[in-house]
Order: sequence, then structure tokens, then C-alpha cells
Amino acid sequence: MKYNNLTKFLIGISLLLVIATSQAEQLMMARTKQTFPEAMLNLQETIRDVGYTVSRVQRIDIGLTKSGYATDKYRIVFFGTEKEIALISKKYPHLIPNIPWKIAIFAEQQDTLLVTANPMQFSNKQYPGADKYLLKWKNDIEKIMSILRKSE
Amino acid sequence: MTLPLKYHFFISAIFLLASSSLQAKANGEQLYSTHCSACHGPNGNGGVGVPLALPDFQYGVTNDYLTKSIRLGRPGRIMPAFTELSNDDVKAIVKHIRSWAPGKPFKYSNKKIKGNLKHGKKIYMQSCAACHGAKGEGGKGTGVTFSRPRDLPVIAPALNNTGFLASAPDLMIKTVLMNGREGTPMLSFLKQGLSEKDIDDVVTYVRSFEKKVTTKKTTEEINPVASFESPHSLKETIAIIKRAIAGKNFRIIREQYLNQGLVEKGKENKKQVMIYFCNFNFLNRALAIDPRAGLFLPCRITAVEENGKVTVMSTNPLYMSSFFNNEELDKLCEELNQIYTDIVEESTF
Repeated sequence: MKYNNLTKFLIGISLLLVIATSQAEQLMMARTKQTFPEAMLNLQETIRDVGYTVSRVQRIDIGLTKSGYATDKYRIVFFGTEKEIALISKKYPHLIPNIPWKIAIFAEQQDTLLVTANPMQFSNKQYPGADKYLLKWKNDIEKIMSILRKSE
Repeated sequence: MTLPLKYHFFISAIFLLASSSLQAKANGEQLYSTHCSACHGPNGNGGVGVPLALPDFQYGVTNDYLTKSIRLGRPGRIMPAFTELSNDDVKAIVKHIRSWAPGKPFKYSNKKIKGNLKHGKKIYMQSCAACHGAKGEGGKGTGVTFSRPRDLPVIAPALNNTGFLASAPDLMIKTVLMNGREGTPMLSFLKQGLSEKDIDDVVTYVRSFEKKVTTKKTTEEINPVASFESPHSLKETIAIIKRAIAGKNFRIIREQYLNQGLVEKGKENKKQVMIYFCNFNFLNRALAIDPRAGLFLPCRITAVEENGKVTVMSTNPLYMSSFFNNEELDKLCEELNQIYTDIVEESTF
């Protein structure tokens, strides 16, 4: 095997390993001991700290309550970056229905739960170039979840 | 063949990466916090998942039961199978869960109980089916958030679940039936007047659920996105989408551009439009089944114009639902998928 082929082979193996270990859990979840208002604020600040913009917050609980259903506090936080949204929607249109990415956040007694899909679940063999973005999002979400998990 | 030095570094790095992935640090508390705490609570008090710290649960289950439950999960009942964790990780998590136990758990042999199946079925229908379901399918919903009153610590487990049946030995099922589980609605059936023989018959009936295994589609078989080309202009397509949504008794809650909120106002890409819609009755049903179902929300159809071609897209709720490992949610998502399909088809016809 020539050295340049060996390089390609080794890079391929490395990427496969990274992807394999990234696809483990389909949902990414965290529980924080913060109350809902604290966690909501913390989540938005953390999203910004990790390098994203919060594009919108959907107040699910408000809609439910107005329609007469009892509910705990429940929001959906959408986030992304201008550059990535432009690039992804142009080069990887199969990802459009899933962007901007979102995290569901809801109260559970005194705690708050956060849940999102593991971006690597949307990896598609036809678009291998998208994997580096999905992996980046996955790692960034892990950071966000980890910070929230440790917050009290 | 002698490899240049840079390849030695590269290969070493790969082995390091592989070994660090496969032999992650076995810190039970940290692993529990990452993988289990969101559902089972930081101290095992339960939430979306069952309360693992309940003394009767701790006494009544073996380490083997916990290990197998982590490995196999409960197919279709939310608890995922943690196949990617190393043996050391699982062992560390079990050890951490056991740190809440005030005493030593029971130990069971794998001895099979052979009772009277017909009689067991009769008792099961009289005494167990009301909570565990006629076919052992378990109680509906999960978690304390939306699905059940907060004072009820656990929903009745699905006794027909392959993960449960593979994890629980006959003698464990028998012990729970005999003693009940304090702190849950599960009563002692000895105290309810059943004999030990009756209980053996019920165990035999519960074990017979093993023969009725069904399989579900894997994510590889489900297309994650529905995407169709529209013969209409973007404006016309959006108008048709809105009419189709209203026709399905859903309410349009918002129309916005894909990059809105991420770019300066007025600089949005007006050829990428998202239409958000909702039916709050439907939403309430979804959250009652699984409080995490908000991840689907709000319902959305996206219309995009690129090079004069208009495409209508949506996620496939069935694909997303497969992440939740929740059969009840799958059923609801089949319904939602049909609604999405109808709207997308109508707007691209």
C-alpha cells in the first residue's frame, strides 16, 4: 500500500471510529437541578457561549394552557448560526427540515429536563460531507448538556 | 516495510481513540448522571423512568437483572438498550445504583417454575390485567410530568416485554408477586389470598408471553425526510400548504424564514419558508404518552425555492419516533405521518 493510500485509509478509519462512537444514543438528554426559569436562562446563555444564536423560543405550555390543557412549563429553544444554515441548506438540503436545531426543555417537579435528537442520527451515506457538521453539533450539544447537568 | 515516523503517531492515535471509546472511565456516578439521571432522577427517585432507589425494588432485583436491563432495555417502552457502554461502565452504573440500597438484594437461581398455564391465565386476568394489561402490555404513558399524577411513583411495567422477560428470572417474578412492592400499587398476592401454587401458575402464564414477540422497523428502513417537488410557484405552494393544514384541523401558529432570527432583520432568505402548525389536542395526547415528545414540536412543513424549483419538505415523524423507543408514540406518529404526507402531497399535486 502506498503511503498516500495509507494516509487515506487511516483517516477513513479514524472518521469511522469517531462516527461509530457518536451514534450511540439516539436522544441526548440532561437533567438539571435548576428550576425551570433558571435552567431556561442558563440554556440560552450556554447556547450563546458555545457559539450559536438562539433564533426563537416556542412556548408550548402557553398554547396548551390557552387551549384548556393542564401542563408544566415547556419550551422549545431553536438555535443555529447564519453561516451553517446557509451552507447546510445549499449543500445538504436533506437536513433542511431539521434546522435550526432545537432543544426541548420542560419542568419536572423542582428539576428541569432537556432533550434533543443526536444529530448523528441524520447522517446520510449519500452526503458524507455533512457528517463533520453533524458531529460538531453533536459535540457542541454534549457541551451544552454537560454544563446544564452540572449547574445547580 | 518500515513506516515513516508520522504514521507511527497516526496509528497510535487511532488505537488511543479506539481504546478510549471502548474502555471509558468507569465512574459510576458520572456515567449514571450522563446516561440515566435524566429519566430515573439524580437520586433514583424516578421521573420519566421508574424509581430505582425504591427499597423494595433494590431488595427485589439482582445485579444481573439490572445489568441485563441496561444492556437490553425495554423494547418499545422508552428504556433504550445501552449496547455501546463497556462492561466496566455497566458494572459501575449498577454499583452506583446499588449505593442507594439499604441492604443486600435477594439472590435467585435460574430455576424454571412450571405451573398450570390455564389457571395462571385465569388469575392473571382477574388480578393483574387491570394494571399490567390483558396481554401484559403494561400501563400507558410514562413519567410523572404529564403522563400520570405526581403521587403515583410508577406505571405498571410491561410483563410481555422481551427486555423484561430476558432480565427477570422466574423466581424474581414470583417473589414480587408474593411480597408486592411497597411504595407502588403492586400488592402482595399472598396477602390478597392467593396460594404459592396460584402464584407459580401466574409466573408460568407471564413467562408464556415470551412466545409472542413482534418485530418493528429499524431506522434504516424509514426515510428520515419527505421531500416532493411542487409544480406551483413558492407563493402558490405556501397558500396550498396552509389550506391543507387547515383542512386537517391544525392551526397555523407561525410562518417564518429558515434563517429568521439568525440574520439581521430584512436580510432573511425569503425563498426558504417554514410553516409551523399545531393541534393542541393532538399535542396533549403526545405529551401524555411521552413528555419528551415536544421534540417533534411544533409541526412543520418547509417550502424552498432553489433555481426556480420549489420543493416541499417535512421530517418523518416515524423516524423521529424511533429514537424514543416508545410503541405508543409510534402509533401516534403513524397518524401524524399520514397527516404530513397528505399535506405535502396536496401541496405538490
